[in-house]
Formats: sequence, C-alpha cells, structure tokens
Amino acid sequence: MSKILININGKDYSAEPGKMVLDIAKEVGIYIPTLCHYEGIKPQGSCRICTCKIDGRNMTVCTTPATHRMVIETNTEELEKIRATIVELLFAEGNHFCPACERSGNCELQALAYRYKMMVPQFPYIFPAKDIDAKNPKIMIDHNRCILCKRCIRRKQEPENPSWFVFKDRGNKVQINLDHELTADFDDELAQKAMDTCPVGAIIRKEKGFDVPIGSRKYDKNPIGSDIENQGVTL
Amino acid sequence: MSKKITIEPVTRVEGHGKVTIHLDDNNQVAQSRLHIVEFRGFERFVQGRPYWEAPVLVQRLCGICPVSHHLAAAKALDVIVGAGTGDGLTPTGEKMRRLMHYGQMFQSHVLHFFHLASPDLLFGIDGDPALRNVIGIAIKHKELAVQAVMMRKFGQEIIKATAGKKVHGTGAIPGGINKHLTQAEKDHFLNGDDPMNIDKMIDWSLGALEFFKGYHAQNKDLIDNFASFPSSHVSLVRKDGAMDLYHGVLRGVDANGKKILDDVDYQNYLEYIDEEVKSWSYMKFPYLRSIGKKDGWYRVGPLARMNTCDFIPSPLAQKEFEIFKAYTNGKPNGMSMHQHWARLIEILHSAEMMKELLNDPDLMNGELTVKGTKGREGVGLLEAPRGTLFHHYRINDDDQIEMANLIVSTTNNNTPMNTAVNLAAKQFMNGQTEITEGMMNAVEVAIRAYDPCLSCATHALGKMPLEAMILDANGKELDRKLKNG
Ligand code: SF4
Ligand code: FES
Ligand code: NI
Repeated sequence: MSKILININGKDYSAEPGKMVLDIAKEVGIYIPTLCHYEGIKPQGSCRICTCKIDGRNMTVCTTPATHRMVIETNTEELEKIRATIVELLFAEGNHFCPACERSGNCELQALAYRYKMMVPQFPYIFPAKDIDAKNPKIMIDHNRCILCKRCIRRKQEPENPSWFVFKDRGNKVQINLDHELTADFDDELAQKAMDTCPVGAIIRKEKGFDVPIGSRKYDKNPIGSDIENQGVTL
Repeated sequence: MSKKITIEPVTRVEGHGKVTIHLDDNNQVAQSRLHIVEFRGFERFVQGRPYWEAPVLVQRLCGICPVSHHLAAAKALDVIVGAGTGDGLTPTGEKMRRLMHYGQMFQSHVLHFFHLASPDLLFGIDGDPALRNVIGIAIKHKELAVQAVMMRKFGQEIIKATAGKKVHGTGAIPGGINKHLTQAEKDHFLNGDDPMNIDKMIDWSLGALEFFKGYHAQNKDLIDNFASFPSSHVSLVRKDGAMDLYHGVLRGVDANGKKILDDVDYQNYLEYIDEEVKSWSYMKFPYLRSIGKKDGWYRVGPLARMNTCDFIPSPLAQKEFEIFKAYTNGKPNGMSMHQHWARLIEILHSAEMMKELLNDPDLMNGELTVKGTKGREGVGLLEAPRGTLFHHYRINDDDQIEMANLIVSTTNNNTPMNTAVNLAAKQFMNGQTEITEGMMNAVEVAIRAYDPCLSCATHALGKMPLEAMILDANGKELDRKLKNG
C-alpha cells in the first residue's frame, strides 16, 4: 500500500496508513504521554491522557489510526493542561504515597506528575479506604495505588497468558481482582511480568523492594518521554 | 489554695506538648508536669503494609532524625529476613549503614547544639530574645554559624551518598543496603576542597569542644547546676563495653555506676523494659522491670551513653571522654546541661568514625545484602541522636506487618524530661506569679537539653512555641503569655 501524508505540529510526515497516530509520532521523535496503553496490548483509550487535537477535535491517539492529510497537534497549551488535570485527578482518587512505594522512580504516573510539575494540589484528595490483597505468595495488589487502567486484565488477550486479573464490583467500588487459583504457582518471572504490566505500584512483587538506589531508577536519569524526544528521527 | 501555671505549645501540627506548673499557697512550685501528645499513629498506619516498606514509611515519623528510624526499622527487618540480629550483614551492608548513621548523628547533633541550643548558652537563659536564636549567633559569632552550616551540609551529603537522598532515602533494605559508595564520593569526602572534607570536620568538632569547655569554665553554675539530678542511664554498648551508636547490647547503670542491665540481647527487650501509662499524659513511661515502676526510669541520649560505655573506640573522642569522666571522678554524670558536652564528644566521635569508614575498601565493593531463614518477628535498636530507639515488628503469613511497637528516644526520656522541667521551674519560678520570658525559656532550655523539639514523639518539626497560663484555684486565668518557637 502506498504511504499517506500526515501533518504533526506543523510538519509533514509520510506514514503507513492505518497505523495508530501514537506510534507514528513516536517513530518521528514526538512524545505523547500514555497510561492505559501498553505496547503489545490492544489499545482501549480509557485514560484519555494521550488526547491530541486531530483535525480540530480532541481524540485519543492510541486508538486513532492515521489517515491521509490528517492534521495533528500534540502539545498545545490546552492539551497539556488537560493532561496535567488528568494526572492530578488520578492522584486525588487514590492513595499515592510515593516515597514509600517500591515503584517510585519507576512509576509512569509519578513520572508524569513530574513532567507536568504537579506541585500544589488543586483538587481535594478523596483518601478512599482501600486495602491490600497479599494472599498470593509472589505478588501483592495494593488497591490504594491502582488507577484502573486494565492493563493487567487486557493482557489476558495474549494467548499464552491466562486471565489472572478481573474487575470486581462496579462504579466507584470497582477493583482489580486476582485469580488466586490460577496464580497460586506463579514463579518469579511471571510475577515480574505482572508487575511490569502495571504502570504504577499496584502490582508489586513480594519481598523485593527498594533494591535499586535512588539515582539509578528508570526515570531518575531520563524523565518520561525523553527517550522518544531525544531520538529526533525524521522520516 | 493553689495556683496552676500552664505552658502550652500552640503548634498546628499533629502533636504538641504542654507544661503545667502547680504552685502552692506560697507561690512555691509544688509539682511540674510535661505533657506530650505522643504521635502513635504510625504504629497503626504501618499495619497491613508489606514489611519491606517499613524503613521508608517510618522515617516520616520525624523531620530531624528520619535516618534513625530508617535504620532501626531495617535492623528489625534484618531479623525477619534471616540476616541475623545485628552481626549477620555483609561487610558492605553493615559499613554503608554505619556511615549513614554517623552522618546522621553528626548533622543532627550539630543542628541540636549549634542551631537550637547554643543561643541559650551564648546569650543566657534570660538574654534578649531577639538575639537568643540562630540569627543572633550568625550576627555575633559569625564563624560558629558558618561552621555549623557547613558541618550539617557535610553530614547531609554523607546521608545522600549512602541513602540516595538527604531526607527520606531508601538505602537500607532488609538484609543490607542497596548501593556502594563511588570513588568520586569517597574522594569528595576525604579530599574535598576546604572546608568540605573530613579532616576539616574533625578540626571543627575539636574546636566546638574547646568552645564548650571554655564556656563551661566561665559558667560553671549554669552548666553544672541547671536541672541537674541523679538517675539511671541506659544505652547500647558494644559487647566489649565500647561506645557503639549503631549496634550492641543493652546496658544500664544506676546513679552510682552499678550495672542494672547487664549487657542483654535487645531481641528480648520486653523481658527487661515495660511502659507505664499515666492518666495525665498521652506518652508512656518506660521503666526497667527489675527495679519497678517507681524507680525504674532511666535516661537515654548522649549523657547516658557517656555513663554506660567504658571507652570510646576512636582516639580523639576517647581523650575528650577521659576529660569528661574525670570531671565526675568516673562516676555517672547527672547534669542535664552536660548533655551538650556529651553531644559534642559524639560529634567528634562520629567524624572520626566517618573517616575510618571512608577509607575502608568494603564500602566500594562487595555483596550488598544477605538473606536466611525467614522469621515472623524482629526487633531493631540503635542509638539515635537523642537516645535509644526501639523498633519492633511482627508480620503475618502474607508478609504484611501485623504489629509494630516503637519506643522513641523522647519516650524513653519521658521521666527525665519531667524531672528536668520540674527543677527548672523550681529554680526560675519560685515566688513568682508573673510569667517572665526567662522563666518560660528556662523550661524550654531544660527540654532542649534532651530533645530540641519533641519531634519524634509528637511529629512536630523544629518548633516549640509555648503558651503560659497562670490559673488560680478556681480555674480563673490570672496571666497568660505566648511565645513562638
Ligand atoms: S493493577 Fe495496575 S495494571 Fe491493573 S488496573 Fe490497576 S493500575 Fe492498571
Ligand atoms: S493512553 Fe490513550 S487513552 Fe490511555
Ligand atoms: Ni526524631
């Protein structure tokens, strides 16, 4: 199939038709933040953090395929404000106590809070009463930190993974549930995989914590998005 | 008829303390009590959390000594992960933690002495309140003020190099430490440009001691007699009786130097120490079981450590220790203001220990952690700047903390601080019903000899604002004064 032409932030790029805008932007060195999206899992477009202006309308780029002559803006002041607000609402809805969290420095939500310079809270914090599911011998689910992105659940769509995680209850009571029978014989590798799927510290491995010193953690040295932004490739 | 004076801090943070002074009909002090609203919330807060989070969670307890809590919790968890009860870590694990601890001791003691306490000495308890603070020091004794700032900075940088951050780092993990020291860090601390190197720190520590001894010679009455009283003393000591701020056995001596806690294993501390609840205070009163509730109380902190240990295992501090001991003919020293003297000796000792560790190759290479057979329960003790700190955890089958018991230095010093406040009140208030600035400050100075801000026990940071009230027997207010910390 022949290539199409799209315009991102005022610059023309040729791209494969049907490819998600998010992926094209990434290839050309433009970072658009994501949370519910995870490489290799079918996108669902629920967190809205990747919202961009496409032909004048706000759309989530993780679920929008590119079409010929599409005009995309990724980083207007308005969009950045929307993203900052989404990040802060996620903080207000959960109990995110970063300094004591194993994922600190390695957490996508925290990294975005730094990117958007979230300093003083502008929304009241809810402090919901949540608990920990620690029954599994290898992993824990800390509901305090879950942002309900469903990455853990959606990963079951990969054929080799059984459905370890499901949603339980509805509305504001909804929470992730671990299938204790299926995960009873989890080994370290599967536990690590489950933990890596989660953007925050809601799924953590047991008896492993804080062994990466401050300064060497993923986002200590390279703030989120900098890997994409610094590659600077133009097609 | 009797009158009651209340001195009450008015801080907006979670905890606060208050002093009530009861006068008799002749306006003589009948009794004084220090009420501290102890912040026990953390013991509940950590329940249900995964155990390995404890060292990073509990450091939020105190803005002044987070590292002490961080390390005490890690020591308790060492026991749970089967890394032994204090002597089972790898050389790197143990030495990096020690370096962190000495850095903390150094910077905290410097803050306590120079920033918070020395204004009282230099400007007098009754001195001009406008000068009697750290700004006053900066104006009148510029050199001291500059040294204090640099010394604190040095200690904080040591903490950063070992814990990852100046405050609320993550360095100590169950079974060890998560990093080595780098060559660049080592060079910086050993050979950094003046004044930021360890030799200068040792120099300045010696200078601070000279300053204190000079002051002492000219102000014997204040230093020796203010809030002075005999008591028992408790601290950790190394097995051979040496001072050891990071690890050891529990030793107690009475006012005559007789051993009342004979170098016991602190994993069994509950067999030796109990806490009494009194109706008028939220804070518990620890005591030695063998002696009983009434007389079993003891002092912890720098002064107690001078009284319990046999020697200090670093040459310059040992020399100062000998001078200190000679002052009381080798007998236990009960003079509250000598806490500051002891503190300065510990600043010197910490600096010497940092130098020794910085030259140790184990810090830069070697295994970071060890693990063994897992247990359910562990106790971690260390000598925090203001005294012995107890952390005790029990976990459930699912690795969640089920029980936490913390006895912080301030709690250990509850009765001694009450005693000191009572004496200060008697000395400065007798015969008066008017509240003077000097009188309020005397009470504060007495507390400050032990604890600069009651921070661990109350979660209040660095401030000790006081409100003083005089009430007559019918509860009618006669006088009220406010003082901000
Ligand atoms: S547990 Fe993690 S991956 Fe699963 S929904 Fe919650 S935040 Fe997303
Ligand atoms: S990443 Fe696109 S909506 Fe969540
Ligand atoms: Ni403290």
